[in-house]
Amino acid sequence: MTEENLVKVGMADLKILVATGSLRTTGLGSCVGLTLYDPVTKIAGMAHVMLPSASIAKEGNLNKAKYADTAIPELIEQMVQAGAVQKRFEAKMAGGAQMFAFSGNSDMMRIGPRNVEMCTELLEKLRIPIKSEDTGGNYGRTIELSSDSGMLSIRSVNKGTKEI
Amino acid sequence: MLVYLFDHMEEFQFDVLREVGNIGAGNAATALSKLLEKPVDMMVPQVKLIPFEQIPDIVGGAEEVVIAVFLRVVGDAPGNLFFLISRESAVQLLSKVVGSQELMKALENDSLDLTELQVSALQEMGNILAGSYLSSLADFTQLSMSPTVPSLAIDMAGAILSYGLIQFGEMGEHAVLIDTTFHDGEDQVEGHFFLIPDPESFGKIFAALGVPLE
Repeated sequence: MTEENLVKVGMADLKILVATGSLRTTGLGSCVGLTLYDPVTKIAGMAHVMLPSASIAKEGNLNKAKYADTAIPELIEQMVQAGAVQKRFEAKMAGGAQMFAFSGNSDMMRIGPRNVEMCTELLEKLRIPIKSEDTGGNYGRTIELSSDSGMLSIRSVNKGTKEI
Repeated sequence: MLVYLFDHMEEFQFDVLREVGNIGAGNAATALSKLLEKPVDMMVPQVKLIPFEQIPDIVGGAEEVVIAVFLRVVGDAPGNLFFLISRESAVQLLSKVVGSQELMKALENDSLDLTELQVSALQEMGNILAGSYLSSLADFTQLSMSPTVPSLAIDMAGAILSYGLIQFGEMGEHAVLIDTTFHDGEDQVEGHFFLIPDPESFGKIFAALGVPLE
């Protein structure tokens, strides 16, 4: 299954898949891996989001895939253009861990939970149901979304592999 | 302005940062060699402006399991400091300090559960090494730099290192990383020190060392 058509999604990157295969992103820590799936056309999309909002961006050329509030609309647009129907979208997400625990929890240290909160809020606004999620904790994850079944498999170092 | 700085860093500025790594890691390597009671060699520090994507490749890829002690540097020139070792190296380090039989067993079974004692031993080692890295750097630059309490994680390199890149994430797709590799010459202990100064800290480091900032 993973042999054919495996599309890698890098850090602060997003990709869509219109053929049979899977989308994969590795080593999610505080970043969130967000996936959208249209079960009828089997068009799938994945974003590896690093930060909650582009409003804090200090960069010149904005990389939409990096911020939750710009990555989600961009992913939707690309999938709709490829023939998917937004009303049918199902979202799944994983990641948003807090890799290190500190006593003085500054906003920067809480970046994982904040990424998850932002994704949840945006998806609610867009009325895209979150079918399942595996977020939080203090460990890294590698995820793979099958465009055939919409199944998201999640691997972590200590907890093995699970499917949601 | 900051974005501009990183797009136009001059070779001599990289040299200055290499020297920063040299001084910090040199001191830390000495501390490590005292802990291990044997010589520790250090490679010439690498200073690179690299895309986020490629940073975990330095330690074997985003999914490679590593043991990391992470500290936040606070003071005049804040940043993130990682002390990163392989699982095998951690066993060697622990065997010097605390009994490692349990750990050996754990590693064979691919389980990563460390006892509380082993965790605090690794944290303390990280603390000693990072402390010597930072104190020599602070002496050299006359900037105040102090470590926060160290935090330990055993996980995928990508998940761990991405944490140190958040400050750079707001500015672009690259981070400046001061990487020093050390080893004990017998291939038993090998690891990295990564210093990732916050983007705003470069100006302060350069200014403190009398390097013109265009």
